Amino acid sequence: MYTEKVMDHFMNPRNVGEIDNASGVGQVGNAKCGDIMKIYLDVKDGIIEDVKFKTFGCGSAIASSSVATEMIKGKTLEEALKLTNRQVVSALDGLPAPKIHCSVLAEQAIKSAILDYAQKNGLQFDELKDFNPDEDHHDHGHDHE
Amino acid sequence: MNKRIYLDYAATTPVKEEVFQAMKPYFTEAFGNPSSVYSYGREGKQAIDTARKQVAKAIGSKTDEIFFTGGGSEADNWAIKGIAYANKNKGKHIITSNIEHHAVLHTCEYLEKEGFKVTYLEVDEYGQIRIEDLKKAITDETILITIMFANNEVGTIQHIKEIGEIAREHKIYFHTDAVQALGNVKIDVNELNIDLLSVSAHKVYGPKGVGALYVRKGIKLFSFIHGGAQERRRRAGTENVAGIVGFGKAAEMATENLEEHVSKIKKLRDKLIDGINERIKYVRLNGHPTDRLPGNVNFVFEFIEGESLLLSLDLIGVAGSSGSACTSGSLDPSHVLMALGLPHEIAHGSLRLTIGDFTTEEDIDYVLENLPKIVDRLRMMSPLYEEVLKGGQK
Repeated sequence: MYTEKVMDHFMNPRNVGEIDNASGVGQVGNAKCGDIMKIYLDVKDGIIEDVKFKTFGCGSAIASSSVATEMIKGKTLEEALKLTNRQVVSALDGLPAPKIHCSVLAEQAIKSAILDYAQKNGLQFDELKDFNPDEDHHDHGHDHE
Repeated sequence: MNKRIYLDYAATTPVKEEVFQAMKPYFTEAFGNPSSVYSYGREGKQAIDTARKQVAKAIGSKTDEIFFTGGGSEADNWAIKGIAYANKNKGKHIITSNIEHHAVLHTCEYLEKEGFKVTYLEVDEYGQIRIEDLKKAITDETILITIMFANNEVGTIQHIKEIGEIAREHKIYFHTDAVQALGNVKIDVNELNIDLLSVSAHKVYGPKGVGALYVRKGIKLFSFIHGGAQERRRRAGTENVAGIVGFGKAAEMATENLEEHVSKIKKLRDKLIDGINERIKYVRLNGHPTDRLPGNVNFVFEFIEGESLLLSLDLIGVAGSSGSACTSGSLDPSHVLMALGLPHEIAHGSLRLTIGDFTTEEDIDYVLENLPKIVDRLRMMSPLYEEVLKGGQK
């Protein structure tokens, strides 16, 4: 059911952990739905120098968080905001249809952490204009691909 | 992955060698259609008769009260719809519980669309219906009570005899889905006041796709597979001879040394339950602590999600199952765990390990050695556990 890449990221997740005094922290999902993703960012001069995650969820949720953190590490905030769930799915060589929501959560968790950073630093990003981190992003039925 | 430990016997069981050997000739040598008059056919017919006797003996019924089906789900469908349609002039009310197998629940939901009224009894925290609730639910319109013998997820066994007595007292038919119970609990349909009972071969080391419905003599049942005169005109279709033979043999083997089997399985189950309780924090056993199937272990592991647990176990060669929503692709965890009153967030972290005849003490030791490490690893990734470590929650 899962690709080798999903299994690799599930078994050997990259960037698991927390960052003390993180520049931005974002969390999406809820325990009721069975998925929570929390992203910690360490931002210097607009660049994501370090990123860590914690995830409560299924194999694809953990793999999506892991690969997404890899994809934004060392990138500018603007570049990180352009990360889409479609790219996350592609980087994992695909996810089963009912698991696409996990990639959506990864995209939203990153946005949520950047929003936190932006709010703390009085910044504004066009990509975050309509973003509401408290919105329910957990819809197993939908497909953002 | 060198090790392969199967701990999902509630899902299905391997066909035992003796069962397979009993079936083999009916694929190749004695392959005749049992409805045919020549010797090829007669061999098949005789084999079915023998299997019918074996299944009847396993549940304490008469031979001609056993009807072979295409599995447990078909047996459930037939029992419920069969009673409903045959008795709709007497009343259109059915009583069941909210932790039944989908073969029962979805059949009841279908009948609701057909104008029947169904009462879904709630269960207590252990998964047992309350007898008082059952008594209160009975009306003049009630024609059928269908309550499962033992639950497939949490292993809870119902007070079947008492339910049967109440049904009989009120002249209501009593059907029980005994798919999980056969081979794990002593079943005697007369002693337990059961009118209809569903069983399935592949849960007792027989083949998949074969089941049986016990129908107490004299009960009118609507038939819904029409065609030939097989199964005494009540269930048409050429018989799955080899499968039926396998079921007969499996049922016989599953019940002839029942006490010995149950005692061995129970010992392993209790070792696994005690071991998990001792080694892992923030866990809880689902289902009844004592009125439970001898091979059923069902826990919730707080702060982690069931599918991650299953995948991790699979990677070390252990096969189990979970009631987590993520294994089904739906939003809600299993209806059984929810009916037990578990909150969503807890129910997502469930793990069911079911023990069977081929489970060894070494298998249990292996799980007990590795499961705590897996749980630790997943918890260290969990933002919910992070709150616990920081003292925010527990």
